Amino acid sequence: MVPKQTPSQTVGPYFAYGLTPEQYGYDYKQLTDNILTENGVAQIQIRGQVFDGNGDVVHDAVLEIWQADSQGRYAHPSDPRKTNTGFGGFARHGTGTLADHFYEFETVKPGANSDDQAPHITVVVFMRGLLNHVYTRIYFPDETLANEADPVLSLVDADRRGTLIALQEAEGSYRFDIHMQGERETVFFDP
Amino acid sequence: MLAINGFAPRDWNSHPPYLSPDYKSTPLRAPTKPLVILPQGLSELTGPVYGQDAVGHLDHDLTQNAAKSGKPNGERIIVAGTVTDENGRPIPNILLEVWQPNAAGRYNHTDDQHDAPLDPNFLGAGRCVTDQSGYYRFITIKPGAYPWGNHFNAWRPNHIHFSLFGPSILTRLVTQMYFPGDPLLELDPIFNGVPEAARHLLVAKLSIEISEPEWALGYEFNICLRGRTATPMEA
Repeated sequence: MVPKQTPSQTVGPYFAYGLTPEQYGYDYKQLTDNILTENGVAQIQIRGQVFDGNGDVVHDAVLEIWQADSQGRYAHPSDPRKTNTGFGGFARHGTGTLADHFYEFETVKPGANSDDQAPHITVVVFMRGLLNHVYTRIYFPDETLANEADPVLSLVDADRRGTLIALQEAEGSYRFDIHMQGERETVFFDP
Repeated sequence: MLAINGFAPRDWNSHPPYLSPDYKSTPLRAPTKPLVILPQGLSELTGPVYGQDAVGHLDHDLTQNAAKSGKPNGERIIVAGTVTDENGRPIPNILLEVWQPNAAGRYNHTDDQHDAPLDPNFLGAGRCVTDQSGYYRFITIKPGAYPWGNHFNAWRPNHIHFSLFGPSILTRLVTQMYFPGDPLLELDPIFNGVPEAARHLLVAKLSIEISEPEWALGYEFNICLRGRTATPMEA
């Protein structure tokens, strides 16, 4: 008999010691933190908040990012240009430890990958009350021409594309908020 | 350009809808607009890789990996199974992370204020990597039921949270494993958010083969992730 996909369930409110133990102060090693370096250096910071349908900040979400290195290469055997800089590409951060329930990643700005897409970061979001994780993407505000030519952004209604583009707060510092609902509801993908 | 086989879509006959109103945290957190179908490219067909060296030798044994001065309280159990894709192929070398409350139904988390004791010898978190046959095995304590605020006199059935990766970021799965014969299952809005025909996929089976004589009962929980499609994608 051919098996069926195991159903998804919510991550619940108590993921901290399972997924992000060191971030939340548990005496248990974590596999993944919120810092990605290339040859030992992180160059940019991305931070933001997650909002529910009332506009309240979500304090119990956990975000994961997956991205290519500064040359657009993924640390994965399916990428023929596989990264050679020690860049892992995967990071995780919960919204329960920083002031005002921000998440924060330090990383490098990804290069364009071999799909000819604009530089972007895949984001996976989990939280209590979310029975399936959602996928979204972070694009960069300083890549106007590449964003205009991006085949994925062009799939999105023009008036919603802005939800996928981070704001520049300072040199090397970006903000990307996620709105689960409302007028500014973030575009979520089903890849 | 490289041809990589893509993955079958998420099976919405198995997964719960985002909006499941009986689970009262969903109405303000479920996306309200349709998801945008995203063609699978290199960003989707790749994902984090963890090998056997990612986990410590006691990470899979929750009865030992946080013990301070003795053994945790409760019923020791073994939870094991095989991770496959939808084509029935075992998936080797993927990371599983688990977390759960202790035998008294208390999570070691500041947000959990349930009046039940913490166990100094039990954290409730573990991880392991599937072997070449896609097989995984945890040793733990059977988690207790606990009350939650969803509705009057609401109690979660016994469960263990599972997080899995798989060959790409598309096969990411976070789920919960339940125990057979638990009368709380039919009352639980999180479990019942799943389409009825797929709910049994979240309930482990008691397994005498996995059980170890004079030591621990075993439960089998097999997990199925999105499978590769036959058609290569240009990525």
